[in-house]
Amino acid sequence: MTYFKSVWTIVRKDIITELRSREMLFSMGAFAVLVILLFSFAFDLRVAKAGTVAPGALWSVIAFAGMLGLGRSLAAEIDRGSFDALLLAPIDRSAIFLGKAVGIIIFMSIIEAVILPLFVIFFNLPFLQPQIILVILLGTIGYGGIGTLFSTMAANTRLREVLLPVLLLPIAIPALLAAVKCTAGALDGRPFDDWASWFGLLVAFDLTMLGAAFLLYDFVVED
Amino acid sequence: MIIATSLTKQFGPFMALKGIDLNIRPGEFVTIVGPNGAGKTTLLRILATLSRPTGGRVSIAGHDLPKGADDARRHIGLLSHQPLLYGDLTAEENLRFFGRLYNVSNLEKRILDLLDEVDLLHRRADRARTFSRGMQQRLAIARALMHDPDVVLLDEPFTGLDPDASDRLEELLRGLNNGSRTVVMTIHDLDRGWAMCNRALVIARGKIVFEASTQEVDQATFRSEYHRVTR
Repeated sequence: MTYFKSVWTIVRKDIITELRSREMLFSMGAFAVLVILLFSFAFDLRVAKAGTVAPGALWSVIAFAGMLGLGRSLAAEIDRGSFDALLLAPIDRSAIFLGKAVGIIIFMSIIEAVILPLFVIFFNLPFLQPQIILVILLGTIGYGGIGTLFSTMAANTRLREVLLPVLLLPIAIPALLAAVKCTAGALDGRPFDDWASWFGLLVAFDLTMLGAAFLLYDFVVED
Repeated sequence: MIIATSLTKQFGPFMALKGIDLNIRPGEFVTIVGPNGAGKTTLLRILATLSRPTGGRVSIAGHDLPKGADDARRHIGLLSHQPLLYGDLTAEENLRFFGRLYNVSNLEKRILDLLDEVDLLHRRADRARTFSRGMQQRLAIARALMHDPDVVLLDEPFTGLDPDASDRLEELLRGLNNGSRTVVMTIHDLDRGWAMCNRALVIARGKIVFEASTQEVDQATFRSEYHRVTR
């Protein structure tokens, strides 16, 4: 019980500080909206059927906007030294990982709630359906979870802006690929059996990566 | 209270600590001085459980590190030259956040008592980012004392403070060593460090090169020895 109380304390703190500063949400949101506009104009000129590229465009926006948030979330803690104060607390360090990961997943979900209707408007496709929302939720959990581990590693280095995408994107490829395939399957109205293997890969990625990040976090935060 | 034996710490090819032996008794106020890069902060980070030693043994309040780090952390409070606070939280919210992580009982009363102690009760609803550097350090003291630790580690706490704020902080830090609490402080100001402690250690090139008790040695002798051993 104390464990989850600690996790919630960290999540709550992240939400309050973000709602007051709005640094992360603003940068993620502005970036996401600009890229959607860019994609919508670019694809309008070149692509015959928007549905073929829309799932990839959606996940590109989620991945890069999420990376902005991940970078800011941990870097801000480490720069002001407050991350040391968290590490000093007599709590399991996996609770710190979970707290930070849940925080970033919430912020990514807020941005996704904004961009999904924009995708509906600009691409004129039925993105707002339960299957796609479930896929987005699973993709966000896996990406946010493993991203929290890598952003903690990168934030301690001088090359953090370069290191985070270099570390995160290759590892996240299976999840992003599976999420794109699942989104395309749902968007095209194909039966679940057609894309069930991709859905399974997404779930397996979430379980494996979250488990690994959960176990490895203690080693990552100690110098 | 704090025991270290043959403590070493290596960063790549660089040996930051080269075999430190420490025995700090309960209630002692120990000052650690030394030139930049001597290993003071590295030693303090190991004692704070924030860094893992490469070799040797460390025990805090009877808990061996790193195995007993979670238990040891309950006994440790750290005040650094950075306040380790959240600027977008109020003074009260900062203390409440850390109090919850430490599972402090009677939390609301403890917060008010500590804010009163560091003379910030009137600013309790203001965000920490609006505080002066001196006020942030006072709030950081309250944060470090939230769980009433037996061991307080001070890592150059006077850095960046003006003379008035430094004097005020010194007064508060002297109050930390209330007889039972053990205090270990790294500092560059030899005179202030000497005036506040019972025992002073000089670290240079990753080793303790001089040690003196304030009852046995006078300030002038300590100062001249410091310059001799760190040359």
